[in-house]
Amino acid sequence: MDQKKQWQLFLSIFKAGFFAFGGGPAIIPFLQKEVVERKKLVTEEEFTTGLSLANTLPGPIATKMGGYIGYRVGGVFGLISATVATVLPSAFLMIFLLTTLNKYTKFDFVQGMTKGVLPVVTVMMFVMMLDFFKKSKKKLSVSTLVILLSASGIALFLFHVHPGIIISVLLLLALLLPVKKGDNVQ
Amino acid sequence: MIYWQLFLVFAYSNLIGFGGGPAIIPIIHHDVVEKYEWMSDQHFSESLALGNALPGPIATKMAAYVGYEQAGIIGATVAVIGAIGPTMLMMFLLVSIIMKYKHHTRVQRLTAFVLPAVTILMLQLTWQFFSSSYEGIGLFWTIGFCMASYVMMEIWKVQPMIVIVLALLAGGFLFA
Repeated sequence: MDQKKQWQLFLSIFKAGFFAFGGGPAIIPFLQKEVVERKKLVTEEEFTTGLSLANTLPGPIATKMGGYIGYRVGGVFGLISATVATVLPSAFLMIFLLTTLNKYTKFDFVQGMTKGVLPVVTVMMFVMMLDFFKKSKKKLSVSTLVILLSASGIALFLFHVHPGIIISVLLLLALLLPVKKGDNVQ
Repeated sequence: MIYWQLFLVFAYSNLIGFGGGPAIIPIIHHDVVEKYEWMSDQHFSESLALGNALPGPIATKMAAYVGYEQAGIIGATVAVIGAIGPTMLMMFLLVSIIMKYKHHTRVQRLTAFVLPAVTILMLQLTWQFFSSSYEGIGLFWTIGFCMASYVMMEIWKVQPMIVIVLALLAGGFLFA
């Protein structure tokens, strides 16, 4: 594990964390752009596996994703550096702003800024959703795709099942269902 | 001992609160405001409001700030470690197991199996971000900003970070 790659990892995750306005999950499309598309530190496959595993566990998604990518790229050191990169910028800003400014009204500009970013994150999420849909189409047969999509959709939107539970069930199915010939995923 | 209490409050709330920020905040509020009385209700809500306006997960931001106020930099560090440590450890174990068996067909088809659910999850996130944008700036501006950023990112291939900076500036001036 060379130093240059570790540094690249830290910077990419720092950058993604810094731009993830609007809550923890906002980091997902930024991470994907930085770590998968631009720097190619992990593959799409690895990213998707991480995203689904992270969703089955409690706690903030951003740090779990950061830690996962860090671990895959740079072992335990990568895990620690990536976690620091996810947490530090926002934690520092939070303490800095709250201790230096004490009149609440001064945050108006910051709050306006976040409002401007929400639509951009919406679009990034939407584009990512289309990508995942295309990938599902490539990897699964039409019937499996339709069944899994509608089952997860109904569970999530109609019965408000927690996404972590839906993904856990699918992970268990993947591990437990018998392997048929020709079932190999390309 | 304050460090231990900080660690416990944030470890507990993050382990119990499945489903990110919205699930975790009420638990943190209960411990920080009612149980330990580290903060007044007013001060908590104000910090939360600023925290929501800043990038990154809300749980770690609140941990950092509450920890810092109670016990300085060490307090902030301990609280953040509490918030992410236990779940990080679980993630680490899960990933190690998966990586160990990555050549098995069953493990290799994991990704394919969860793709439809991840698609639906992204749809839900898209909807959530759209709704909070709609609540904040209304339908007209939301759709306008969405279209502008789609054209910039997907057609002109402008880097997302640049689009974000433009949106931050526009938002600061238009919606403050």
